[in-house]
Amino acid sequence: MSGEAAAARSDPAPLRIFLSHPGVLFGGMTLAGIVLLTGIGPVFATDPVSINPLNRLKPPGAGGFFGTDMLGRDVFSRVLNGGRMSLTVGLAVAFLSVTIGLTLGLIAGYIRSLDAVIMRVMDGLMSIPAILLAIAMIALSGATLTTVIVAIVIPEIPRVVRLVRSVVLTVREEPYVEAAIAAGTRTFQIMRRHILPNTVAPLIVQATYICGSAMLLEAILGFLGAGIPPEIPSWGNIMAEGRTYFQLTPWIIFFPGLALALAVLAVNFIGDGLRDTLDPRIARTMR
Amino acid sequence: MTTILDIQDLSVSLPPGGDREFAIEEVSLTVDSCEIVCVVGESGSGKSVTAFSVMGLLDRRALNPVAGTIRLADKDLLTIDDRTLRQLRGERVSMIFQEPMTALNPVMRVGDQIAETLEIHTGLSSTQRHARVLQALADVQLPDPKSLAISYPHQLSGGQRQRIMIAMALILEPKLLIADEPTTALDVTTQAKILALIKQLQSSRGMGVLFITHDFGVVAEIADRVIVMQNGRIVEQGQVDHLLNAPKHPYTRLLIDAVPSMTPPERRHSNDKEALAANRIHKIYGKSGWFGRGRVVHAAQDISLTLRRGETLGIVGESGSGKSTVARCIMRLIDPTSGEILIDSIDIAALRQSELRRFRHQIQIIFQDPYRSLNPRRTVGDSIVEGPMNFGVAAVEAWERARELMETVGLSAESLSRFPHQFSGGQRQRICIARALAMKPRILIADEAVSALDVSVQAQVLDLLDDVRQEFQLAMLFITHDLRVAAQICDRIMVMQDGQLVERGSTATVYANPQQQYTRELLAAAPGRRKFPQKVG
Repeated sequence: MSGEAAAARSDPAPLRIFLSHPGVLFGGMTLAGIVLLTGIGPVFATDPVSINPLNRLKPPGAGGFFGTDMLGRDVFSRVLNGGRMSLTVGLAVAFLSVTIGLTLGLIAGYIRSLDAVIMRVMDGLMSIPAILLAIAMIALSGATLTTVIVAIVIPEIPRVVRLVRSVVLTVREEPYVEAAIAAGTRTFQIMRRHILPNTVAPLIVQATYICGSAMLLEAILGFLGAGIPPEIPSWGNIMAEGRTYFQLTPWIIFFPGLALALAVLAVNFIGDGLRDTLDPRIARTMR
Repeated sequence: MTTILDIQDLSVSLPPGGDREFAIEEVSLTVDSCEIVCVVGESGSGKSVTAFSVMGLLDRRALNPVAGTIRLADKDLLTIDDRTLRQLRGERVSMIFQEPMTALNPVMRVGDQIAETLEIHTGLSSTQRHARVLQALADVQLPDPKSLAISYPHQLSGGQRQRIMIAMALILEPKLLIADEPTTALDVTTQAKILALIKQLQSSRGMGVLFITHDFGVVAEIADRVIVMQNGRIVEQGQVDHLLNAPKHPYTRLLIDAVPSMTPPERRHSNDKEALAANRIHKIYGKSGWFGRGRVVHAAQDISLTLRRGETLGIVGESGSGKSTVARCIMRLIDPTSGEILIDSIDIAALRQSELRRFRHQIQIIFQDPYRSLNPRRTVGDSIVEGPMNFGVAAVEAWERARELMETVGLSAESLSRFPHQFSGGQRQRICIARALAMKPRILIADEAVSALDVSVQAQVLDLLDDVRQEFQLAMLFITHDLRVAAQICDRIMVMQDGQLVERGSTATVYANPQQQYTRELLAAAPGRRKFPQKVG
């Protein structure tokens, strides 16, 4: 816009745009609520696994906030404890798949000789369905939190690798990267200083979506009985156990289902907000 | 002659917080039939905003016409409804753009794209439309219209694409054509042909043309009348001969003076010692793959050159001539297929990357695009000190030198902590020069370093390059497609075509007495050479 004497222009702070985004506002508050409740809730709620056969299948109100299940366990307390599992799986999967995927993606995108090797392995991984892999792994090594996380992470990695690689492939052709090569910058530094920062924005957005889908997948695995062992409550296995009583006592399924839906929705809203803020093309139309 | 377009007192506001209140202010201009009106100015002068307001293409969120009228075909374009405006576009007024690649839909055959306009605006049958499209392609002097109509944009050259754009714009025979820098992205010889085509179509159809450019050389080639804009206001207008010969406003004089002359100034012959020698460089792209032989491109063939300290060697050619390939081979940004590159009798073409690193600081490069050659996320200072610190210079010392260099290139030392987007194109190019100099190189390669800049800024950056060459006794390799620029800065010159060396010699000799047909064509195509033959830059 300006001529040779360009005045300093400052863009509106991205953080402010991000926080004023309605989706982010809703998602952030919901997620904060869920984190707070599942974080401190179990401290004052009753024991989620203590059985009370006299008090079974009580509707909400009569038997605690959310009622009780077929063994007389407090559904409210189970949902709060199950939330811990869901959030742990979501965050762990997002963190692990992004970290591993970022490393592999940077290498594949920048070091030509390794590109074909890494990407063919990724194609292979991508063809493994997460649910089958989880069932197979649990059959091999037993149902634990780690198994579930690993089983979800493995098929997610190729998606991250592809994303990072495509960013690296575009950025490595930029003249400023060539200028850095001409200035004798070492490969590791070029990746760290000039290429890595360009991958951060799409990766953060991708991470939120991975987090949401991992929470869903964990619930699906729990529901199928291939997830976290039944003695530890998770939203998936609470719903699995309650499904035989669904017509009689819908609250056993309704509350964990609602919690799951809200959590995934909140995470996705935050992801959308981040995408709108971090993608300069969309951000411009929003100002 | 009748007036086709009449703009009176048009003002377009900018969003608050910009560096001025109006994008254009109280602009009044007219275009008559049978005339070409050139609007000249630097980037940011408001010349494109003027054109876009006529087409109704302003981004309404940011730019709003607040006063004035635009009369076309007895209608005020600012007050009519969208339907009528859509009808006028194409039938009465059309536009061609700077980038013919992005202005065409890449997944549609060009014939269909031209026919689309006919489909919307006329009731012609599909056979009639096809016939009209072929006629239009023939009118813009494209060979073999039948096969061209079924090709996709990527299969065509830049010049052919611009001809397609012109065919598309003129298919409904509008009374007014708006051309927004239509030749800026093209090679000189193509530019000359497109300019001739526009002029010929304009006179045969009696159109009015509003032609936007930043280059007075182009103005001299094509204009009947000239309007000079600066900071959103018209500062001078008049008939082309009158304005070129007796410009009144100082800004007009500045723009005219900035047009580089085709007459090379006197140059001292350098007898300094050789800084670089390249012998028989060959670069082949593509190779036989798993499934038979792939397409092989000889991007550079048998190129040899020597470069002495304190002299500037120019490599001139059109896009695809291999001039940048040679520069990038010498930089070892790409590996030459064969040949040797000697610095101090060491062949750096054969070195492995780890051994090559020792030589990196000796050769530095400045790229064409000032917007992409600085990392947007790092401060200017970080970019400048990166190189020296790679080679173990202490941070304090590197920053001290960065401050000195900023003064050398005409910027303040305080701007080191700013980010690239806070600078204009010309300032960024100065920063790139500072970054290159920070490495204390012996050889500087300028790869189209001034091609993306306005003519007036170009002159300043050229002066700067010449100054630093003298001050630091640099051997400079100057790559350009613009012969006017090459004339101003190069001591010796090499002309390349299709990867091969066509002609070489001292700049004065080559310009005065070109030996090869291709060199003569290039020289003849330089815009404005007839109008500014004697001017010394």
